[in-house]
Amino acid sequence: MVEMNNVSMVYESSGTEALDNVSLSIRDGEFVFLVGPSGSGKTTLMKLITGEIRAKTGKVVVNDFDMRKIKRRKLPKVRRTLGIVFQDYRLIENMNVYDNVAFAMRVVGARRREIRQRVPYVLELVGLEGREKRMPNELSGGEQQRVAIARALVNNPRMIVADEPTGNLDPVRSLELMLLFEKINEMGTTILVVTHEKELVNALSKRVIAIDRGHVISDGTDGYFSYEIE
Amino acid sequence: MIREGFRSIGTHGFMSFATVTIIMACLIIMGSVTLLSLNIDRLIKGLENRNEVVAFVEDSYTEDQARALEDQIAAIENISSEKFVTRSEAFDTFMKSYSSDLAEGLDDQVLRDRYVIHLTDIALMEQTKADLENIEGVAKVKAHLDYAKTFVTIRNVVSVVSLALIAMLVFVSIFIMSNTIKLATFGRREEIAIMKMVGASNGFIRLPFVVEGLVLGILGGGLGYLAEWGLYELLTKKLVGSVAGSIFAVVPFAQIALPMLITYMAIGVFIGAFGGVNAIRSYLEV
Repeated sequence: MVEMNNVSMVYESSGTEALDNVSLSIRDGEFVFLVGPSGSGKTTLMKLITGEIRAKTGKVVVNDFDMRKIKRRKLPKVRRTLGIVFQDYRLIENMNVYDNVAFAMRVVGARRREIRQRVPYVLELVGLEGREKRMPNELSGGEQQRVAIARALVNNPRMIVADEPTGNLDPVRSLELMLLFEKINEMGTTILVVTHEKELVNALSKRVIAIDRGHVISDGTDGYFSYEIE
Repeated sequence: MIREGFRSIGTHGFMSFATVTIIMACLIIMGSVTLLSLNIDRLIKGLENRNEVVAFVEDSYTEDQARALEDQIAAIENISSEKFVTRSEAFDTFMKSYSSDLAEGLDDQVLRDRYVIHLTDIALMEQTKADLENIEGVAKVKAHLDYAKTFVTIRNVVSVVSLALIAMLVFVSIFIMSNTIKLATFGRREEIAIMKMVGASNGFIRLPFVVEGLVLGILGGGLGYLAEWGLYELLTKKLVGSVAGSIFAVVPFAQIALPMLITYMAIGVFIGAFGGVNAIRSYLEV
């Protein structure tokens, strides 16, 4: 879950006000789209959730962790409750599919037996069974993003945060990916997807939070894309 | 995570190879200059030892009286060794060195009993000469103070130049080695960012880098040491067979093997482990 109350964020280096008095709430088990034009504050909002930056004012709570007060060394604890998916997949090029996913478990100290059981299960869940030995450059964009989702999912996070996950994919693959997120959501994981793609958002009737110039301008649970991208 | 460090050496094979090679090369250069300085120092010390001080005993002293002075001479602090030479032994040496015509009609009584003395530090030759002259029964002391001063100057210059050169090389080498490690980790910033994002603690991220750095450092240090050893043995063997080899004796590698091994390993371990940790520090601030 995410709770933001009156959150403002100014980048001191440039003086840019990225967020201005933003309040929103995402409950456990929800599927939420975050939409808005470039420079609207989406990335800042994502970074506040993942703990890459801290809000200057207001309150940010992510999966019961107070992100304004949390000590830097405690951040890994928050991140273990999150699965993060990026637009550019961010796979390790010299590791095969299996290792890219297993790597995420290894770095949080999972046992080998646990890894051997969990990784094949997650790969099957995202539709990549039989591709364990492939290297990232042998996969299509959609498959690479599935590996990234498997990696985000493998540590059983409470919430998946995806930043423009379909940005590099064609519409068919994008829809497939959204359906995969929906499937994951049905299994109980909260999903937050940042996207620009109107058709995609409209295809899945989910909650849409629109943000522009640092303000939440609409927050609809009726599943349609209520904000027109400039 | 320790296994991760070893695995990483294999997966980043080329950078691992480059790091080991650079550490090895830097250590060989540093080690070679150090060994050269050590040998020059040894050569100067050898030449210094040939610079003897001779203390002549009073004419009136009998051989027994002259020999009795040895304890007093040996008690002087800066004297490393003293050898009593009787007037007849000195005469024989003289006869061998010069034409017998010169000594015709002379007998050994024209010479004095004497002590041939070697000093611990020739820089203190003047003081030692005075101490010898103060001993009752010592008639005269012959000491080449000018030579001694020249040797001391040469030795000091060589020491300063060697130290400066070694310090410079250490500085340059550490810079090169740490930059190589930085370069090796730069290519892995993405990997570190991913580790951070999946919730790895800084300690967990650091540990494989420490292990990897340690292994590469030990490898670089060990291989550098072996290469230095081989090179030194090869060069000294060639030197022993040449003219230079007859002038001075090189320092045997066995004599310096242990301190060199410890130094090489220590530098390798330090630069590997701390270089690795230092290089990834900025990537951990996410």
